Amino acid sequence: MTHLVGGPAATPAYAPGLWRPVLRRLRADRGALAAAVLLLAIVALCLAAPLYAARIAQTDPFRSNISGQITVNGAARAVIEDNAEGLGLGQTPIGPTGAASYLLGADSQGRDVAARLLYGGRASLLIATVATLLCMGLGGALGVVAGYFGGVVDAVLSRLLDVLWAFPVYLLAISLSIVAVGSGLHLGPLVIDSGNPLLPAFIIGLVGVPYVARPVRAQVQALRRSDFVLAAIGIGVPTPRILLVDVLPNVSSTLLVLVPLLMAINMLTESALSFLSIGVQAPAASWGTIIQDGLALLYTRPLVALAPGLAIMLTVLSLNLLGEALRDALDPRLAGRRS
Amino acid sequence: MPSFFQARPLAALTLALVCAAAQAASPAANDPHRGGTLRLLAGSGAGTIDPQVNYTLQFANLFQSVYDGLLAFKKAPGTAAFTIVPDLAEAIPQPENGGKRYVFKLRSGIQFSNGRPLTAEDVAASFRRIFKVSSPTSGTFYNRIVGAPACIKTPATCTLAGGVVADVKAGTVTFNLLEADSEFFDKIAFPHASILPADTPAKDVGVAPVPGTGPYQIASYDPKKLLKLTRNPHFRLWSADAQPDGYADVIDYSFGLSDEDQTTAIANGQADWKFDPVPADRLPEVSQKYPQQLHISPLTAMYYIAMNTRLAPFDNPKVRQAVNLAIDRNALVKIYGGSRLATPTCQVLPPGIAGHEPYCPWTKNPGKTWTAPDLERARQLVKASGTAGMKVLVNSNDVAVEKQIGIYLQSVLKDLGYDATVKAISSNIQFNYIQNTQNQVQISVTTWFQDYPAPADFLNVLFSCASFRAGSDSSINISGLCDQGLEADLQRALATGITDPKAAAAQWAAIDRKVTDVAPVAVMFNPKRLDFVSKRLGNYTFGAQFYFIYALAWVK
Repeated sequence: MTHLVGGPAATPAYAPGLWRPVLRRLRADRGALAAAVLLLAIVALCLAAPLYAARIAQTDPFRSNISGQITVNGAARAVIEDNAEGLGLGQTPIGPTGAASYLLGADSQGRDVAARLLYGGRASLLIATVATLLCMGLGGALGVVAGYFGGVVDAVLSRLLDVLWAFPVYLLAISLSIVAVGSGLHLGPLVIDSGNPLLPAFIIGLVGVPYVARPVRAQVQALRRSDFVLAAIGIGVPTPRILLVDVLPNVSSTLLVLVPLLMAINMLTESALSFLSIGVQAPAASWGTIIQDGLALLYTRPLVALAPGLAIMLTVLSLNLLGEALRDALDPRLAGRRS
Repeated sequence: MPSFFQARPLAALTLALVCAAAQAASPAANDPHRGGTLRLLAGSGAGTIDPQVNYTLQFANLFQSVYDGLLAFKKAPGTAAFTIVPDLAEAIPQPENGGKRYVFKLRSGIQFSNGRPLTAEDVAASFRRIFKVSSPTSGTFYNRIVGAPACIKTPATCTLAGGVVADVKAGTVTFNLLEADSEFFDKIAFPHASILPADTPAKDVGVAPVPGTGPYQIASYDPKKLLKLTRNPHFRLWSADAQPDGYADVIDYSFGLSDEDQTTAIANGQADWKFDPVPADRLPEVSQKYPQQLHISPLTAMYYIAMNTRLAPFDNPKVRQAVNLAIDRNALVKIYGGSRLATPTCQVLPPGIAGHEPYCPWTKNPGKTWTAPDLERARQLVKASGTAGMKVLVNSNDVAVEKQIGIYLQSVLKDLGYDATVKAISSNIQFNYIQNTQNQVQISVTTWFQDYPAPADFLNVLFSCASFRAGSDSSINISGLCDQGLEADLQRALATGITDPKAAAAQWAAIDRKVTDVAPVAVMFNPKRLDFVSKRLGNYTFGAQFYFIYALAWVK
């Protein structure tokens, strides 16, 4: 009866101001706060990568520097040092210097690991974010349309989602990446070059669509049968308006909770693809490519692989904690108990 | 090195003496070292096991104890392995008709691993097959056989009529050449001239084993997992120099492990030898902990960057010169493992090959040796070429060293102003991939190890017009260079080598300088071979021709 009394704005499941209790609950959750602070710190550090590389480390993290020299504690040292023991074979990249330059040491190409770590974080976070937005946007839209319209529309869309769903996520992502990484993506007007970070973002976002669309569809199907939606239809409210005003706000909590969780999953997927050399392409850095670079140095410079692994772990952990906290904060069953 | 025609009687006597001594190298049936399973490792298979198609060092090394030719490179340590000895033929024939005719007498009683006796017809059929399967060297090694030009033109109908004449009753095979060839015996000893049963399909057999006459037979081959060699039940020892019997009963050549894991497996005693280089980060460790299990041997080989002279931007000589000037060869030596394992170089001919005269124009102070890169001059050349900003895709394989070189090269190209990316593909396919012009490979990282110790094997094989075949996986002239002036120089040097090796060496040196100046490639360094073997492996023998002679190694 919402649209007969008071106008279209009177029917959202959450009354205006309901976000305040949600935020209050989040603020009271110390785990969520810590996770948020950690995540913000990681994001801030990664965003500061160009500043770090240019002003503090004074290195180019994308340029090979195999024959380079640096000064550590007043002494000149080779970035890639000759081995003087045994038969005198092999070289080892310089280890953590504790100085501004090569703080965490160098990789096989003589590049500053710390600088690459920050740039890698930018790429990984960017790709995960874009993929998540794509996932939410496309998945949300498909779920809403399928759930609301039902019938043939639902049948067709659900079968398409089933096809995507049938493939294990990593398998599908790897298959699409292998095909696209060589020649890029050409889908009508949409053209993404093979070296563009949007390419893995697009692929990861695409394979994640069913994981958003299906729960949204189920929720919208239930909403479709609710009194206020039926009433709106009954009085002739245009469908787009119903979707925007009545349906979407009621699935927003589901979408919101999915955001950090999807970010975490997408970040892991990106790292996996980049590790396999089918995501971010060398010499661009992402946490996955740096782990791949560090594989060849596990015996001599394990930090090269460990540092990005640790970064991924901390980021995913903070995203998961935030996601759980958000889910708890938005759960109406918990709201009564808490207040 | 003495003239080919003058050295023969001396060679025959030396051969006889050495044969007698070398008989001891082959294991007798009751030898306590005989038996066991030799475990070899490589990152991947090296493509087809067709000995007339495969053109990789990895499988040339493998084929030496599986297949035989009329002649063979001696299974001996060091440069003694460059000596050519009779194999399926009873003796190295005397040249007739001014070096244009050779009559080989086959040994009797030799059987293929399927029990079929070897006959002269198998020899003739094998040489026709070289052309029918478009062997990578059919146009360069065997093009002087009478009938070969027609076979190169239409391989499917190759008859080599008048070129290779088999007399099954007499057990002889007569070769008639269009012109004398000072390297004829080297080419006959090369794996592409392996003698196969006459009914071997006239196409690349891929993974299907072909019967051979060596002490081992390929029992099975899965390019992703394992190649298994077992003893050839029909093998009998006829010449320990040419084809010694093996010690191990079974040889398992496993694929799929990364070079890191391969090194660990050897260190743990889980494998005996690895084909791929020890990764750079493990060198300090193995150098310190396992010095007794390391063997360093000089090689006549090069790591180089092939630039496609038919594709922009490398169709512009200035760009190719710029790449040569910009690469830091010391850095590349470091990637390979350091100065004990590699030497920077600018030129094609490596030390140890006739005609090598130190020459390097692509350095800060041009002269005989490389000293430092000249990025400034390189950038000027790129600017003058007007190609800055172009997209360039560097192709390398996924073996650690080549992959790192690829990444480094991409960095250099970016420094020069190109929009460079790098793609590493499986070493199982990369070598053929970069040869095929349909793949539009602009620049690639690759290697060349001598087929046999002759300058032609570098300069003629890699840069002659005959070695370039558009749209073929067997186009070893990867840079696509076809220069008529150079072609004439190559033919002149080949002809001179028949009668005057010293003069020919001087001509090869001049060609080496010319090719270096034209810069279809950027030669990076001459590597040494570092073999890391298991503690239990005994009698490690490194022959300069095909490297680790696994038949002579024991594990018991």
